[in-house]
Formats: sequence, C-alpha cells, structure tokens
Amino acid sequence: MFSHSKIEKNSIIMLVGILLVVSIGGLIEIAPLFYLESTIEKVKGMRPYTPLELAGRNIYIREGCHNCHSQMIRPFRDELERYGHYSLAAESMYDHPFQWGSKRTGPDLARVGNKYSDDWHREHLIDPRALVPESVMPGYPFLMDDEALLRDPSGHLRANAAVGVPYSDDMISNAATDLRAQADPDHDDADGVTERYPGAQVRDFDGQPGAPSEMDAMIAYLQVLGTMVDFSAYKADDNLR
Amino acid sequence: MYFITMLLLGLGALLGLFLSSRAVDSVIAFHGWMLVAFCVGFIFWMLRRGDNTGGPANPDSVVNYNDAVVRVGVVLSVFWGVVGFLVGLVIALQLAYPALNFDLPWTSFGRLRPLHTSAVIFAFGGNVLIMTSMHVVQRTCRARIAGGWAPWFVLLGYNLFIVIAASGYVLGVTQSKEYAEPEWYADIWLTLVWVAYLLVFLGTLWRRKEPHIYVANWFYLAFIATVAMLHIINNLAMPVSFFGAKSYIVWAGVQDALIQWWYAHNAVGFFLTAGFLGIMYYYVPKQADRPIYSYRLSIVHFWSLIFLYIWAGPHHLLYTALPDWAQTLGMTFSIMLWMPSWGGMINGLMTLSGAWDKLRTDPILRLLTISLAFYGMSTFEGPLMAIKTVNALSHYTDWTIGHVHSGALGWVGMVSFGAIYYMTPLVFNRKQLYSLRLVSVHFWLATIGIVLYAAAMWVSGILQGLMWRAYDSLGFLEYSFAETVEAMFPFYVIRALGGGLFVIGSWVMAYNVYRTARGHVRTERPYLAASEYAQA
Repeated sequence: MFSHSKIEKNSIIMLVGILLVVSIGGLIEIAPLFYLESTIEKVKGMRPYTPLELAGRNIYIREGCHNCHSQMIRPFRDELERYGHYSLAAESMYDHPFQWGSKRTGPDLARVGNKYSDDWHREHLIDPRALVPESVMPGYPFLMDDEALLRDPSGHLRANAAVGVPYSDDMISNAATDLRAQADPDHDDADGVTERYPGAQVRDFDGQPGAPSEMDAMIAYLQVLGTMVDFSAYKADDNLR
Repeated sequence: MYFITMLLLGLGALLGLFLSSRAVDSVIAFHGWMLVAFCVGFIFWMLRRGDNTGGPANPDSVVNYNDAVVRVGVVLSVFWGVVGFLVGLVIALQLAYPALNFDLPWTSFGRLRPLHTSAVIFAFGGNVLIMTSMHVVQRTCRARIAGGWAPWFVLLGYNLFIVIAASGYVLGVTQSKEYAEPEWYADIWLTLVWVAYLLVFLGTLWRRKEPHIYVANWFYLAFIATVAMLHIINNLAMPVSFFGAKSYIVWAGVQDALIQWWYAHNAVGFFLTAGFLGIMYYYVPKQADRPIYSYRLSIVHFWSLIFLYIWAGPHHLLYTALPDWAQTLGMTFSIMLWMPSWGGMINGLMTLSGAWDKLRTDPILRLLTISLAFYGMSTFEGPLMAIKTVNALSHYTDWTIGHVHSGALGWVGMVSFGAIYYMTPLVFNRKQLYSLRLVSVHFWLATIGIVLYAAAMWVSGILQGLMWRAYDSLGFLEYSFAETVEAMFPFYVIRALGGGLFVIGSWVMAYNVYRTARGHVRTERPYLAASEYAQA
C-alpha cells in the first residue's frame, strides 16, 4: 500500500516528485505552441524591424513603457473602435521579447502607428501634459539630446537572427548605414532602407538635423506599430482549422 | 562545501573580470567590478575567519545552530522591506502627481516600477524566504545548516544580485519581462546562488535527526526547485555581446508571452505562495503553541497546490492572441486552484483551535492570523478574476493592482512581519521583543493601509473598466481615454495614503527590531488574558 511517509522520509524522492508534478502543466500548455500551425496566423506584410525601429524599441524597453501601455488589442467592440483591429499573434512574431503588457495606465499602443504626426509624438514625449492635460505620463525630453546608439548595429541584428528573426546577410552588413539613413531622406542609402525593409518610413522623425537622436528612433518605432500586416489580404476564417 | 563555496566565488570573480575586462558599456563594467569586489572580499573574509561560520544565538543551545546567518537575514529583510515599500509609495504618488517624475531618466515611473516590484518581491520577500528557511530547516531537522560558508554565500550572493538588478533598472538595463527584468549576466549569477541554496537546503535535510521531513520544508523545497526551473527557462537569452548588458530573449511573441506568464504566475505561486506557506507551517503553530490542524490536509493541499498552480499562467493572457485552448485551460485550472488555496488557509486558521483567545493578547499571532485571512481573500479573488467574463472587465485595470497588493501586503507582508517579530528575540538571544504594543500599532497601520489601498483600487479598476466600454445613446464610445485617466485621480491619492500608512508601519517595525536587537525592553502596559482582566 502506498504511504506518503516514504516520500516525506526521503528528500530525493520528494524533490523528484515535486519536479515531475510541476513539469506537467507547463509541458502541456507551452510545448504545443511551438508546433501547432494554428498558433500564428498566416499574414502578408510582416517584416523584421529596421535598425532604427529596433533602436527605438530598445528605448521603449529601457524606459519601461510596457509598465503602462499594452500592445494587445482584445476582440471587443469598444477596443476595436478605440484602437483598431484586434491584435494577431503574427504581429509580434519577431518581438524578442513580446511587449503585450499587462496594464493600461495609458492607452494601448498596438496600432498607434500612423495615427498621430511625428510632431505630435515629439511634443508629447517631451511634455505630455502640454498636449493632453489629463495625462500622468512622465516627460522624456532627454530623448532629444542623445544619439540613437545601437552600439554595433550589425551585432544587434545578428543576435536577433540567432534567435530566429529573418535578418538577411545584406540587412546585417548594412545595419549601421540603414540606422542613419532612415532618419535622413537625403542620405545616399535612403532607398536601400525601403528596399531591404518594404514599407519602412524614411524621414527626419524628430525634425532635428544631424545624426538620428533617440527621439528619431522612438518615433520611428511608434509609427510602425500595428502597420505591417496587410489587412485587406487578411481573412480571419482562413485560420480556422 | 568549503571547496564548492570557494569554487563558486572564484567563478563569480572570473565572470566579473570577464565582463568588465572588455566591457562595451559602462553599466556592465560597473556590475562586473561589483561582482569581482564581492567575490574577492568574501574570499578574504572566509580566509580570515577560518572555520568560524557562526554559532547559535543561545550559548546553551544543544544543537550548534548557525543563527548568525539568520540574524543578518532578519536585518536585510527589514531593510529591503522599508526601501521597497517606500519606492512603492513614491511611484503611487507619481501616478497622482506626474511632476514627481522630474522628467529625468533615472526617476521616471517606467524605471522605478520594476525597482519597486523587485525590491518588495525579491529583495524583501526573497530575504525573508531565505532567512526563514534557514531558521526553519535547522530547527525542524534539529541539525546545523549544511555547507559551512555556503549559507553565507547564498544570503549575501543573493543580495548582490538584488543590488545589481536594482542599480541596473535605474540605469536603464532591463529585459522588460515583468518580475524577470534583470539582464542575462545577473541571471547567470542568480543561477549560481540558487544552486548553492538548493544544495544547502538538501544538505541540511540529510543531516536531520528526525525521520520525517517537516511539512514546512516540503513547501520550501518546492519553492526552491520550481523557481530554478522557471528562472532558467524564462530568461534564456542571446546577448548582443558577451561584454555588454543588452540581450534578446530567445522566445518571441505568443510563445514568449505564455512562457513569461507561466514564469510570472508561478513566481506568485512558488515564490510568494509556496515559500510563504512554508513560513506559515512553522511560525503559526509555534506562535499559537498548537499543532497543525490536519496532517492529511497538509499532504493533499501541498501536492494539489503545486500541481495546479503551474497551469494557471494563461489567465494573464485571456482574450489576447494566445490560442483559445490555452486560455481555457488556464482559466479552468485557476478556478480549481481555489480549493488547495483554501485548504492551506483552513489548515492555518484551524491551527488556532483552542487558542483563539490568544488573538486578544498576542499581536504577533494577530499578524499571522490576518495574513491567512488576506490569503483566503486574495486566493478567492484570483480565480474570480481568471474567469474570462470577469477578466474582460478587470484586465489592464487597477483591479489587478489591488488584487496583487491584497495578496502581497496582506498575505506576504503580514506573515513575514509575524515571522520577523517571532524570531528576532530568538536569533538575537533576547528574552522578548522591545515592545508588543508597537507590534499592535504596526498591525493597525498596515491593516488600515491595505484596506484603503485595496478599496481604492477596486473602485478605480472597475470604474475604469466600465468607462472604457461605455457607449452613449447614439452608439458612440462615451469617454475618451484621457477622461478615464482623469477619473482615477482621487483613487490614486487614497491609494497613496493607504500605502503611506503601510510604509509608516514598516518604520515602526524597523525601530522595534532595532531596539530588540540592542536588548532594550519598553516599559509598557502588558497584554492581559481575559481571566486576568477580571482580577485587574
């Protein structure tokens, strides 16, 4: 007959028992996400971030924006009207790590791209309450001062490629140039950016000439959020399996 | 173990040297040198003190316990508690009065919020868990803690991890994964410390003079082993450079989301619940001077709790892009989790059978008891919020914040305070606490603070959720987002007020612990039992 005293008299049996018991749930819930094809929808338009957008994303992470802004629109009437089409799993497939967030002290940002002008973003990031008096967001004036540094931009792309983001050799070797060119439409490589990253927006985001600032990077990232997927070609029913 | 501790310190020093030798950013250079200084300092300290790794507080003790390491743990716990609660108050005020962000990178909410969560969960909670587990495992095994210097390495090495993590956040180094923000090199260091912790704990169990492993130790063991698994899998990352702080998590998007919340929910389940249930299973019976209510319930509740908790992660991702089947599984298991949670609460509360009158005369027991009441309340609220329909309203709002705090302040905080008040006189070898009346003051400050906090967050959370989905008679959204932010203001002020009371309570505790450690006793009106009142 089974007696629990066997377990409680032997620390190793207990340890092994614990590890077995706590492994089951995770294995059953997580492992299938890596092989069930229905987990991530087939969509048109998803591409890896440009080096400037990636730099912006890293600033977003550094400043802890996800503490107050989600990037995950739920399929409810009010959210669709407030923010747009509900978020697809495919839209964060190149996000290492994901930025879905868990709290909306501020609004969801999953589709903030192209909703406001660059000028609005710049002024709002410098002094949020100048534009939205009710806002409780901190100001980020210092983003204007610092150069958008991806120390070793190719290295950042390579690290992403190593964990599965489809950055090509061409993208990796041109990363440093692309980083500068995207914020400067007169740059010789400006066309190269749109060639390598279809749909990328090339312009002076912060309205400040010279090397791209952290503000350039941040706005470039915000302006691309939720804009990649071509929803005219997306049929939700195609994903039913 | 002397050799293993040396080896770990040597590894740590090498890791530090390696990081700082060709550092590409200043933060990793700073942290590398910090690691080197810690390891070299520790080695010198070991060499100087030789075999003297600390003895029992009471020289008459039959067993040669190591109470010195527990003593340092008590001090660190109280220190980090005071710091962590204070940062919480600061960020609560920032949400009410955003000018307090000062528009500087190092003081903005986004960087201070992880500082607060890590300081309370990992610095305060972690130190409480490590030091109580070292106290409990020695007493319940009637054996000295194993490993010589290793327990010191665990306690101090863990605190080094805290300092690296905290200074990193302020300087902008974070992975952004909630409750797993420290970057890859800090994670590696924590892994080394945690392996040593597991070995020390197991080693002490192997020395036990009792045939059975006491139930508190089951919970501690589950906490240590499971946290190791969660930590390693959730934090797998590819550094951009092995000499730089920045890394990219190997998981992406939807898979990363579930792995993250599998981790984070079980940081709640195994760090803040299983570990603290270990505390409950030792300190409540001790303080009440009663045996645990039901041995059978302990067994059932232990295995069912650790089995069910792991499944509950997806309830943080309801209605997101996570596949429906995973959401439904998460919700179902979250509701089932109510049962073992209340099993634990009942086992703790019913331990007071025959000792309920002590609540009148013993403010420490009162702290421990109300912690169980809060545990019961928040483990009822949790499954409720995991129901999809409820979650549709509560998710993304302050209701979640209120729920977390009734669990964290009410359960984790109060049970920790009770344990600290119980053990401080013991490990400092004093006859009694400096003041029981001050314990009572702390009890009321903390309790009223939590009530204000939770009530404010219920109202603000449900209000905000309802405002987001409100439609006017013409079928348009009634409120802009900014209007819903504005409506939060009074509740953010009330929350800060509640938090302020909790912070002041922690100062009262720090003072009480300090005076107790110094051996002082306050002249005060003693607590009388009911029978004594009649005579008085």
